[in-house]
Amino acid sequence: MSTVKIPPVLRSSTGGEKEVPADGSNVGEVLRQLATAHPDTERQLFQEDGSLNRYVNVYLNDEDVRVLDGLDTPVKESDTLVILPAMAGG
Amino acid sequence: MDQFLQNRPCGGRYSDIIEAIGHTPLVELKRLSPKPGVRIYAKLESYNPTGSVKDRVARSMIEDAEERGLIRPGQTILEPTSGNTGISLAMICSRKGYPIKVVMPDNVTEERTQLLKMYGAEIVYSPGEQGSNGAVAMALEMAAADSSYYMPYQYGNEANPRAHYEGTAVEILDELDEVTAFVGGLGTGGTLMGNGRRLKEANPDTLLVAAEPMQGELVQGLRSLEDGFIPPIIDLSLLDRKIFVSNRDAVVWTKKLLAEEGLFVGVSSGAIARVAVRVASELDEGNVVFLVADDGWKYLSSGVYTKPIEELEESLETASFW
Repeated sequence: MSTVKIPPVLRSSTGGEKEVPADGSNVGEVLRQLATAHPDTERQLFQEDGSLNRYVNVYLNDEDVRVLDGLDTPVKESDTLVILPAMAGG
Repeated sequence: MDQFLQNRPCGGRYSDIIEAIGHTPLVELKRLSPKPGVRIYAKLESYNPTGSVKDRVARSMIEDAEERGLIRPGQTILEPTSGNTGISLAMICSRKGYPIKVVMPDNVTEERTQLLKMYGAEIVYSPGEQGSNGAVAMALEMAAADSSYYMPYQYGNEANPRAHYEGTAVEILDELDEVTAFVGGLGTGGTLMGNGRRLKEANPDTLLVAAEPMQGELVQGLRSLEDGFIPPIIDLSLLDRKIFVSNRDAVVWTKKLLAEEGLFVGVSSGAIARVAVRVASELDEGNVVFLVADDGWKYLSSGVYTKPIEELEESLETASFW
């Protein structure tokens, strides 16, 4: 089981949990399992076509998966996925 | 004497402080290099007139607007900022006679407020718990409600990355035969897009790596993930890697830059250095350049440079350093 870290803005959809376990061999599978276990996260994480919501950043450990293989990025048991909202800087 | 003045005998002579923006030093950090054959260089944008890289961006945006007839003499400039862009714009606007109003989160360090006021800016604070997204949203509402403002909008203004494409990157290429990797902070995207495009034009194999803050972890005030924001100028396909750095790690590395290399820099630079050293450790040889966005003066009140990390832990939960 890998671990998914939930940002403050999403915790009301996971019963207040900051970290949840989830299974899957790639990022897409892990996030879909998270959405199955916590249905209120689904429409925040995914667009209607199943792609990742463009305002959501997902990191494999500390690397943005969009710059790796997106939802196909492989996930190992010891990995942590971190979900964060996209934020401005400057 | 000449061996110590390898590039230019002085920083140049200019007719105005705005003209003196840019032409910043590139300094090798020998102690941070993880292995022989891999050199790490810091481009010290802290050497700009107001102390940050944003001087380049602010100048580019205002001059571009003037050239295109988008600003009237004496028109009020409005801009959302987490600090540095506002400060740079305030300095340039004060020289050029434009009043300026900035929208900024209320949880930035006190020094940012002082610098803005010093350069004559009016400040409107947005709720700190909404982070920079809150400042952007508030500024956009204000601009929509009052057409007398001109908003440069650094997040969507091509003059932002162009300042780097035509300035920062050209300076780097002038000094180095080869850039193996460039590491920059991801805020508006201007540094990475502008430098990335120019450096990859010179060498398509140059790695472009983004270091980004973990703002989203700290920000409590968003209603949903729909409140996320992606600056329009960012093209993710240009990046080779995008790595986040916690506030804690950023502070640890900022202190490391001071202790090991004598660099007094802002906290975002610590984060960027951390990623630069990681990238360097994965190379066999080459030059890794990272951008120091600002100096450390405006973060002194945070205690980052003088207190041990254990004493800072709690304040790092809500601090905004980017």
